Amino acid sequence: MSELALHRGLAMHRINAMILRYWYLLMSSWPRLLELLYWPALQVITWGFIQLYIAENANFFARAGGTLIGAVILWDILFRGQLGFSISFLEEMWARNIGNLMMSPLKPIEFLLALMVMSLIRLAIGVIPMTLLALFLFHFNFYSLGLPLIAFFCNLIFTSWAVGIFVSGLVLRNGLGAESIVWTLMFAIMPLACIYYPVSVLPGWLQVVAWMLPPTYVFEGMRALLIEHSFRADLMLAALVINAGLLAASFGAFLALLRSAKKHGSLLSSGE
Amino acid sequence: MTENDKASSRLTVADGALSAAIEVDHLVKVYKQTRAVDDISFSLARGTITGLLGGNGAGKTTTIAMIMGLVLPTSGRVRVLGHRMPEESADVLGRMNFESPYVDMPMRLTVRQNLTIFGKLYAVKDLSGRIAQLADDLDLNEFLDRSNGKLSAGQKTRVALAKALINQPELLLLDEPTASLDPDTADWVRAHLEAYRKAHNATILLASHNMLEVERLCDRVIIMKRGRIEDDDTPDAIMARYNRDTLEEVFLDVARGRSNGAPREAVR
Repeated sequence: MSELALHRGLAMHRINAMILRYWYLLMSSWPRLLELLYWPALQVITWGFIQLYIAENANFFARAGGTLIGAVILWDILFRGQLGFSISFLEEMWARNIGNLMMSPLKPIEFLLALMVMSLIRLAIGVIPMTLLALFLFHFNFYSLGLPLIAFFCNLIFTSWAVGIFVSGLVLRNGLGAESIVWTLMFAIMPLACIYYPVSVLPGWLQVVAWMLPPTYVFEGMRALLIEHSFRADLMLAALVINAGLLAASFGAFLALLRSAKKHGSLLSSGE
Repeated sequence: MTENDKASSRLTVADGALSAAIEVDHLVKVYKQTRAVDDISFSLARGTITGLLGGNGAGKTTTIAMIMGLVLPTSGRVRVLGHRMPEESADVLGRMNFESPYVDMPMRLTVRQNLTIFGKLYAVKDLSGRIAQLADDLDLNEFLDRSNGKLSAGQKTRVALAKALINQPELLLLDEPTASLDPDTADWVRAHLEAYRKAHNATILLASHNMLEVERLCDRVIIMKRGRIEDDDTPDAIMARYNRDTLEEVFLDVARGRSNGAPREAVR
């Protein structure tokens, strides 16, 4: 894989080739397709019934209809977005194909862009049926969030890519021994992202940390929209600025980890 | 003047068509306390086939990996097709290719899908025509639409070779290209490599433990031991120097530290 070489421009044919590679893989394996669908469906059904139960027994939640199920769907965009990115990357490690790619004219930025597109495709396969289930089973129309949904989606997917890029770099450097980080890192930010509760319930010092994470702004924004019926553009803008920094940092970290992998010979032994 | 100095003095050819295919200059790779490659220098002329010989741990794979840019040297320089590696790899990766037992093709994809993807990565013109040609040349037609994971070891090796040739590379790096092949298929692959070199004036560097293969294919042999170049010459000259009839006997002499009566100073 050649170095960044952005001055030479990106080649769409190489990005398309990588997307085609993952598409072939997805279409050749029904367990991979099923995996994309069943967990989001399970999540929305479980949390949908919890929301129904709470709404029947608490006035606040009755008024704040959809905050739980909305949070579940948005969390899935964040989590599944990162997994969609990272699993495509891991497929190369599992297939021992990373050396072929590293030796090809494919540039790191092209590889990462292809992984981003695949995360969107995988996300669409998993989350769109999830939102339809929420509509038919619980009468929660996720798309009724309207235009703010675009801001929520963009900020969550940018964060998921930043995490995906970083953990992919870790796996490149450390081999499949670091694979567990791919599956668990997003959960580390879960308590601080305040998915199911407002930031105000956290102790003061933890609130400072929580506001460093873009998803916190999204979930606060979602609650403001569903409970107060107001769109907090300021929150979305702040999240966007932090995401820009996170993406730049994760890309820099990926290149540094790739260089370190080449220095330590990790690319020759991409096992455990 | 040492051999390394002689070799580095040859590294004066400017970037261009006349430069060597590979120029390695005082290359060193240290992993923690281990010197995997210890100050080696050599230059490969275009259109030649060179064998890189040595026992396990001799430094062959690390040397090839540094030439490819997969491993960064601790010190020293590598130029490939006139370009510095890895700094100018973007200029050269599309003109070279490789096959190695350290990598696989994706198992769930069919042979045709795999070749299509790599063809697109290498921007191959008339890709379907090129795949059809490779399928004919390497006898892949029977299993072109079968998953790579369902192929025999020999079929996989032929597919890997097809991937390595998809972009008609000027430089081909091969690590054990006929390992796991039966003698008939191995012989057939060697014939194909020879024909490819002649047809395209390609340069081939191959690491192998198969001495008959090296004798048959290679214009030149570089023998490595413990990260250093132990000998570097034509197969005939090396066999004559060691007073041996086969490269296998030479290999054993080098591996076991014998010179078979040849004056030690004659062994470079």
